[in-house]
Amino acid sequence: MKYDVAVIGAGVVGSLITRELSKYNIKVALLERANDCAMGATKANSAIVHAGFDAKPGSLKAKLNVRGVELMKVACEELNVPLKNIGAFVVAFSEEEIPHLQELLERGKENGVPGLEIVYRDELVKREPNIGDTAVAALWAPTSSIVCPYELTIAGLENAVTNGAEFLRNCEVKAIKQNNDSFTLETTLGEIEAGIVINAAGVHSGKVAEMIGDTSIEIKPRRGDYYLLDKSQGALAFSTIFQCPTKMGKGVLVSPTVDGNLIVGPSAIEHDDGDNVETTAEGLETVYTSAIKSIPAVSLRNAITSFSGNRAHCTADDFIIGSSEKNKNFINVAGIESPGLSSAPAIAEMVTGIVTELLGDVEKKSAFNPLRPAPVRFREMTSTQRAKLVEKNKAYGRIICRCETITEGEIIDAIHAPAGARDVDGVKRRTRAGMGRCQGGFCGSKVVEILARELNVPVNTITKFGGKSDIMYDKTK
Amino acid sequence: MLNYDLVVVGGGPAGMAAALQAKEEGVEKIVILERAETLGGILEQCIHTGFGLHYFGEELSGPEYAGRFIAEVEKTDIDVYTDTMVLDVSKENVVTAVNNKDGLIQIKAIAVVLAMGCRERPRGALSIAGSRPAGVMTAGTAQKYVNIDGYMPGKKVVILGSGDIGLIMARRMTLEGAEVKVVCELMPYSGGLKRNIVQCLDDFGIPLRLSCTVIATHGKERLEGVTIANVDEKLKPIPGTEQYIECDTLLLSVGLIPENELSNGVGIELDRVTGGPVVDEYRETLHKGIFACGNVLQVHDLVDYVTEESKIAGKGAANYIFGKKQGGTFINTKGINGVRYIVPQRVNIENEEDVKLYFRVGQVYKGAKVVVECDGNILSSKKKVMLAPGEMENVKITPEMLKNMNENSEITVRIEE
Repeated sequence: MKYDVAVIGAGVVGSLITRELSKYNIKVALLERANDCAMGATKANSAIVHAGFDAKPGSLKAKLNVRGVELMKVACEELNVPLKNIGAFVVAFSEEEIPHLQELLERGKENGVPGLEIVYRDELVKREPNIGDTAVAALWAPTSSIVCPYELTIAGLENAVTNGAEFLRNCEVKAIKQNNDSFTLETTLGEIEAGIVINAAGVHSGKVAEMIGDTSIEIKPRRGDYYLLDKSQGALAFSTIFQCPTKMGKGVLVSPTVDGNLIVGPSAIEHDDGDNVETTAEGLETVYTSAIKSIPAVSLRNAITSFSGNRAHCTADDFIIGSSEKNKNFINVAGIESPGLSSAPAIAEMVTGIVTELLGDVEKKSAFNPLRPAPVRFREMTSTQRAKLVEKNKAYGRIICRCETITEGEIIDAIHAPAGARDVDGVKRRTRAGMGRCQGGFCGSKVVEILARELNVPVNTITKFGGKSDIMYDKTK
Repeated sequence: MLNYDLVVVGGGPAGMAAALQAKEEGVEKIVILERAETLGGILEQCIHTGFGLHYFGEELSGPEYAGRFIAEVEKTDIDVYTDTMVLDVSKENVVTAVNNKDGLIQIKAIAVVLAMGCRERPRGALSIAGSRPAGVMTAGTAQKYVNIDGYMPGKKVVILGSGDIGLIMARRMTLEGAEVKVVCELMPYSGGLKRNIVQCLDDFGIPLRLSCTVIATHGKERLEGVTIANVDEKLKPIPGTEQYIECDTLLLSVGLIPENELSNGVGIELDRVTGGPVVDEYRETLHKGIFACGNVLQVHDLVDYVTEESKIAGKGAANYIFGKKQGGTFINTKGINGVRYIVPQRVNIENEEDVKLYFRVGQVYKGAKVVVECDGNILSSKKKVMLAPGEMENVKITPEMLKNMNENSEITVRIEE
């Protein structure tokens, strides 16, 4: 297999880069070691499109965050991904913290973030009635938004594949050979040749760069634990509530999600294994005790799940984006931690700029279609819409996930979509089946059945998320 | 829009018994809406025996117990929609449902019986630290894989929680060749029936560790092991007691939650302890014409009691449809001193039949008395050899007792040691 460009890593960054590249008349492949896209940091982060006041002025983080906010609106519209502009507060819990807000305000202005202002307790309580008693003031950032990071990734990839890009799952890059004017990637799917390689491997981007002898990237994974609370708790906060940032990151936030849940987290724990996403009792405890400072009504009785993700923190403390010193056709996109999601569309734009420059004479595809049709969302429809839909296709009349009201039709769509779902978690991220308060207790086995039927494979080959995450073993006696 | 006298939401044992009783009382147009492909509810996957000892006086399997009611329903003109999910019940008692044959269905009902049952508490509600691999599931999900789908969900099993489904699955998995290493129970007593502890654990040599919990799961893709630890009186893990147990499956049997999403949609008041609607002695909720019975009302240990309760609701719904016994003076019941809750929560003092008050205790008692009192008068006092949280109890209130009460009365049930 020979490609003009091979992108390694199907997180939000890799997927949006692939989509951007699919605008050109070149052969692009996205290589992912897991069974699906969005399997690393992309599926376990705070899901915020940051306004951009936090990053150091002049840094790539600052520049791409602010540009990313602009491009995010366009991308979400084209890809039919819900983006909710709910704004954010950074809360000061003592008089001593107020200068910190001032500093963020100044930094934000320098970064070009619009609408920032400092509000005091009375105003804050009016807008966030559940805020903690010790909150004295807050920085208001009206351009802060929320988005579902895996939904954005799935939609972006779907659109890229529709426009001709290839998605290669279960394709782990083991080694990279540098030829005269190309690379040979040794992967679990065999050898792949590519003119340009884009390293968007997240926590593993250091390791991938080393495959061509580039040792300049040092990733120190920083684990963050989260709680997700039931939808009944979604209105405890109306905007994203941050605390004053520390050197370990933006601290613990409390925020509604686009789907109406409440997310609480993350902790920040440095460790060595970027694949280790085990939460710890201490990490979760920190999240909880910090969160109740912001919103005391947060109660773990309403937690529906907890999870953790690894930030691809890099010692350089800024995004590393550009050609490797070892080979200009090898482009590193590394150290993409917060505001990585916010910056992702801008990173895609920047990387595509580098690629087109390297390729020189490259044409835009006339047939490129930027639109990804919105998937059917039965739960959001009126009775009349539902009646019409079911009349047209009976599969939308069978509810599989009762907590989230997800139909069989939506699950079938998710499986047969470009770069569609192959496992239970893939169906979950695409449709929300299994994401409600019973966490798949009721629909899990039905989703397995539907996957097996639609993919025409035995039920006991269906996994939770690929690899050895088997759900069933042998037949009973 | 279709019109029915009675819509029953849920075709498990509760829904069927309520529908059959209403039919017997003379209600003409009845429909049962069931989300599964067949009537029977969760009993269909409960292939062990132990059902029907009280109600039929014989020991049946779950499908056999359900089968008797399904056969009765089939003899009547009760309409049944299976594979049909109810999406909404409106304040005007209009039920909206959907299926893949009839599409969207709207039914105007005079009365509605809610019989949606309950669901299992999932892992996420427990805050167990660690990874989130395959192989962690509720005991009921495992039961479906084994008994309905015919596949084994694991080979080396740890069970957290000694609820009845967990105990039943300990035996079931063992019989299918899996190794059940231990059942851990957070509390100092089991939440399951005594007979299940004996028949499902003791008889198979499966250890039950009380005051012990799972504090972490390990393994990236499939579960590889769990860390368990003893807990103190505050239910906090005791440092130094951690123990790693290799396993590929963790089954959770850590409580059942009545499924009251539809009830919440109507705005029906729920009891904070039971998680089910507040009801009177005919199981009518505080929303006129909407009744509730079975596990959606309170989690039962025995299906026999579900049947008993649902027949009462069916009769209540029939009375409502015929316009009988409207109004009256309702007083509250209240569990105190060790009694966690009482169902029904309110009783009409003009009622002319015996009323059974069902309740659960909060801890294990030996040789304690159950005392029923109203306005300073002891109505009954009965010594019990054993009272446990895992076994539902009841006391009887007669019409004679009710006659002496007024609108300010309150019936209390308490434990005296």
